[in-house]
Amino acid sequence: MPQIFPRKANILPHLTLAGSLAGGVFAILFIWYYFSPEYTDVGYAPEQPIEYSHRLHAGELGISCQYCHTNVKDAAHSNVPATQTCMNCHSQIRTESLKLLPVRESWATGKSIEWIKVHKLPDYAQFSHAVHTNNGVGCESCHGRIDQMEVVFQAEPLSMGWCLECHRAPEQYLRPDDEITTMGYEYSDDFVEQNLQRINAEDIQPPTNCSACHY
Amino acid sequence: MSTASTDKNLAHLADFHDEVPLVKGNLKFHDITEIVSSHTEKKTPFAWYGAFSLALAGLMLLLGMIAYLFWNGTGVWGLNNPVGWGYAIVNFVFWVGIGHAGTLISAILFLFRQQWRTAINRSAEAMTIFAVICALVFPTIHVGRVWAIYWTLPLPNQMGMWPQFKSPLLWDVFAVSTYFTVSLVFWYIGLVPDLATMRDRAKGKIRRLVLGVASMGWTGANRHWRNYEKAYLLLAALATPLVLSVHSVVSFDFAVSIVPGWHTTIFPPYFVAGAIFSGFAMVVTLLVIARKIYGIENIITVEHLEKMNIIILLTGTMVGFAYITEFFIAWYSGVQYEQYAFVNRMFGPYAWAYWTMMSCNLFFPQFFWFKKLRRNVTFMFIISIFVNIGMWFERFVITVTSLHRDYLPSSWDYYTPTAVDALTFVGTFGLFFTLFLLFLRFMPMVAIAEVKGVMPEADPHFYDHEGDGHHAEHAVEPSTQQ
Repeated sequence: MPQIFPRKANILPHLTLAGSLAGGVFAILFIWYYFSPEYTDVGYAPEQPIEYSHRLHAGELGISCQYCHTNVKDAAHSNVPATQTCMNCHSQIRTESLKLLPVRESWATGKSIEWIKVHKLPDYAQFSHAVHTNNGVGCESCHGRIDQMEVVFQAEPLSMGWCLECHRAPEQYLRPDDEITTMGYEYSDDFVEQNLQRINAEDIQPPTNCSACHY
Repeated sequence: MSTASTDKNLAHLADFHDEVPLVKGNLKFHDITEIVSSHTEKKTPFAWYGAFSLALAGLMLLLGMIAYLFWNGTGVWGLNNPVGWGYAIVNFVFWVGIGHAGTLISAILFLFRQQWRTAINRSAEAMTIFAVICALVFPTIHVGRVWAIYWTLPLPNQMGMWPQFKSPLLWDVFAVSTYFTVSLVFWYIGLVPDLATMRDRAKGKIRRLVLGVASMGWTGANRHWRNYEKAYLLLAALATPLVLSVHSVVSFDFAVSIVPGWHTTIFPPYFVAGAIFSGFAMVVTLLVIARKIYGIENIITVEHLEKMNIIILLTGTMVGFAYITEFFIAWYSGVQYEQYAFVNRMFGPYAWAYWTMMSCNLFFPQFFWFKKLRRNVTFMFIISIFVNIGMWFERFVITVTSLHRDYLPSSWDYYTPTAVDALTFVGTFGLFFTLFLLFLRFMPMVAIAEVKGVMPEADPHFYDHEGDGHHAEHAVEPSTQQ
């Protein structure tokens, strides 16, 4: 009986073996990179109903984060400001601006501006802004350089592994209480020792057990 | 050749033929090849299409139910406190249990040189693989957030989290997936020589190419056989502990908890016995039909079925013994919760399920003490169906009756499955039979090469005294396996 496969088919088993090895490595690297929140979530910058520039307000004008996000140190949820907050200034400044028309509309009708949430956590993960901002975690640590963002985007992966990086070694990330809202904070040379002292003195123990966040 | 040695040879051959032959009907090597291969080569019979459409409808039902479940969440099942494990877990254990006969037949009986295994091992292994696939459906869809199922695997992930290695549910993931992989490899290795046989008989070009790839260049060379036998032996040795370990680990899902009725040290051996029991019952159910339709009654003979029935009798009695031991231990423990759990099984709201289990698993197999009954094909078919039902109810009794009344009487409840529960279970039979019918249609359902190895013709001296003209006095003897 003649052979089914030609002589050159002898290379197929070798190719298959090499192909599955290379394919396996490729699949791992592909998933590693493209399936990670660093790829899928970081950079999320939805178009907001108003072209509000954090770069202008927080950066150039130097308005503190807490001027608008007033609850950040008192509540689990850090609030998006009410239209009232915008109108504090904009009843005086740029009152004719077309870009600000929706703000004035909202002010006139009492209907909220529907800002789009950028930083999302899963429903089963509980997070408290108050706990973090009162224990030395800066805004910048999770939200990045808001003062340089024309449109706010997600700067960090916000994945569980990313949370744990800090929960397991808080001394690498904490900053003094009066620098919480600072953008572009420069760590001193001995910040780790200072943080360790503070962690000891204030007994800061970021939990790493499941029910710390999942309850 | 001297007279003395001739006599010795004759005596040896007589021994060989004294036993009831494994293959009947005076079949020769070529007949086996012909009978088994022809079913994959002939035009698809009309009846096959009928059966296949029915199975496919079942599979569609399963997919529909799963889609409905994913869309709505596990609330569509009858689960609630205190019964958080219902049909899904019952069905999982049921199917995994059925998946135990295959490896037992192919690995343990192989190591114990039970030659009768050759007629049934191929289809039993196929059944095993398909049953494990059906089983794997259930824990997967039971997790609720099914898109997070990969969390059960120890993969590096963005959560920086490992699975809970202390949980028997995780051990289950490893046990069942290992079992599935080894069973699949074992099955495939065993298929290679037969696929090559079919390749050599193939008429069409595509069929020859596909089988040529699948048989991996098998030529039947001595070296191939040596490697094959070695691989088969090693895999059998690897699969043997798995037969015992998989269902032991499944039983840990229950036994490691503290629920009365689950927290029992007897669970691992009792589950393994039950698994083999249900697995053999399913093999009998399937093969009684298949051997008739495919006309292979001379290969899978009544003797084969009888041997399986003896195993059913043995394991059924072991399982029944375990039921009774559980009761004794519950009484002997002096723990009121334990005692109540078992009294509740017998006389509580689920007594109907309990007595169904008892009669199907302990009582009905006892008929197999009678040789006449265990050789009666119709009768054994009925009993095997009873055993299948009984073993499903065993898992139902263990899972549901233990949960529905535990320590807190205020939360006692009666679990009722929903239509989605029931139809999902029916659907898995669709999945199972879809795969099994495809197997019957496209694969050699009997291990051709292995059956040949246990036939008288395989004896190197078979032709010595036949004088069939093929072999001169000094001719090279035929190889044992062609």
